[in-house]
Amino acid sequence: MLSIKNLHVSIDDKVILKGLSLSVPAGEVHAVMGPNGAGKSTLSYALAGRPGYEVTGGTATLDGVDLTALDPSERAAKGLFLSFQYPTEIPGVPALTFIRTALNAQRKARGEKEISAPDFLRLAKEKAGALKMDFEMLKRPLNVGFSGGEKKRMEILQMAMLAPRLAILDETDSGLDIDALRIVSEGVNTMRAPERAMLVITHYQRLLDYIRPDRVHVLAAGRIVASGGPELAHELEREGYDKYAKVAEVAA
Amino acid sequence: MSLARAITTGDVTELPSRRDEDWRWTDLRGLVRAIPERSASYAGNVAPGVFDHLTREVVRIVNGEIRTGMTIVDGGEQVVAVRYIAAPGASAHAAAPKLEIGDGRLVLLETFEGAALEGLGGGYLSEIDLSLNIKAGGHVERIVLTDDSADAVSVARCEVTLAPGASFSQTVVVAGAKRQRIETHVSHPGGGASVRLDGLYLLDERRHGDITTMVTHTGVDGVTSQLTKGVVRGQARGVFQGRIVVAKGADKTDAKMRHDALVLSDKAEVDAKPELEIYADDVSCAHGNTVGALDEEALFYAEQRGIPHAEAKAMLTQAFVAEVVDRIEHEGAREVVRAWVVEKLRGQAS
Repeated sequence: MLSIKNLHVSIDDKVILKGLSLSVPAGEVHAVMGPNGAGKSTLSYALAGRPGYEVTGGTATLDGVDLTALDPSERAAKGLFLSFQYPTEIPGVPALTFIRTALNAQRKARGEKEISAPDFLRLAKEKAGALKMDFEMLKRPLNVGFSGGEKKRMEILQMAMLAPRLAILDETDSGLDIDALRIVSEGVNTMRAPERAMLVITHYQRLLDYIRPDRVHVLAAGRIVASGGPELAHELEREGYDKYAKVAEVAA
Repeated sequence: MSLARAITTGDVTELPSRRDEDWRWTDLRGLVRAIPERSASYAGNVAPGVFDHLTREVVRIVNGEIRTGMTIVDGGEQVVAVRYIAAPGASAHAAAPKLEIGDGRLVLLETFEGAALEGLGGGYLSEIDLSLNIKAGGHVERIVLTDDSADAVSVARCEVTLAPGASFSQTVVVAGAKRQRIETHVSHPGGGASVRLDGLYLLDERRHGDITTMVTHTGVDGVTSQLTKGVVRGQARGVFQGRIVVAKGADKTDAKMRHDALVLSDKAEVDAKPELEIYADDVSCAHGNTVGALDEEALFYAEQRGIPHAEAKAMLTQAFVAEVVDRIEHEGAREVVRAWVVEKLRGQAS
């Protein structure tokens, strides 16, 4: 599914990712943990194709397709979804309009038929209900004036409606209280499927109590320095990232 | 000194120039070398107008000549379309229609049309000076759409005299010309009278569009709300000059002015001068002004969700201008303007 090999990424000529390798097979959920400044957000933005994140070496493929050769919207149509750490406000565009535009653009890019208005509304109502969202909120401009928790819920709603092949969740737990965390995690867990992969990027172990990963990777100083089972997350919680920061320094 | 006077007298020194403070961004003197002969009459057919389906009262002013009479409005609700058309033979013309509105509602739908002359002698000069006298109990909503030739020099002035208790709402949508200026002057008596003065300029290529407004509050308890937005690309130039004067004694005036512009190319330009001059006490006045590019964060966010770059830009640009369109009260006119704006933005993006 997702295969990253020796990926190098720079922002404004500053090298952030220095030979990162990582594979996530279909049906699995992998966590990437690491200290602040390790390059976690850079990894998610580089995979999504954010302007300014320059891939200077290595490869990143999704189902064998070279992601780095595609525009952000083409990556999305191939099935890549990024849940933003800080979702953007879109004044003047109601959430429902935005999501329908996105869904139909993806379908068009894949040569599929547009979704009908009744089918779309049915889908939106069903998914919003599962996330315990007030449907009226979907008629408001996307994310404008929403609380942090509401924005994260809106991200998961979009993920549920767009049904991606690969979901990248960037610090999805930040800004969530315990109830919101539970609802958002349930939303993510119901999306686990044999044909789908997920990459959960987080600083804290807390989120992984709710979204149980199959594998945990430690990202420090721009590369993966350790990988293991779910127990690795608990070890990081107990002992911190110090030991890995040193490993990374030596390797650098 | 005005374009209309220059057209009447044939004297180019009557043209406003950059030396006039109010015209420094819309210089006509430096542009127009000679005043051509007056426009010839045009007796041929004219195409239907965009607002024709909303009313049976359509006034056509072709090459400066009024074809059908203006209606005096008194009582009830009336929708009147006024079409200023530059037709074959247009070279230089001016007209000064006057309207008096008593108790009642008037929806005035004006269009400036000359795009059909583009490349066919569309270099006409035109000035329309409209006077609106709105008496107590009267309400006027004025919508102006401009679709002039890219070679035209077109000035429209509107002088609004408002009685206490009357109201005036305006939305002008400007597509620009070689030089285009829509100027509105409102004499605001307060006394519960209210004014909404909105504008939108959508300019591309080498077009120039200028929205200039001046509101003078002279009495206690007046409300003015003003929202202008602009989108410029190519080598276009947008101008917004808004002035609200609150005279001594015009206490409890509530006046708000906003201007926001999107500059979508390196060579496009926006000049803005929002001004509040306050000589009264106990007023609530505010103004805001922004000129910038599309939000890159929002653009990337939309693209990440699968919306291609060009479509995402169009969506955000439309959302940006929608606020102005949404404030139009007359539903039929609002939907005409919405469709017109979408079409204009689509044409300009290609």
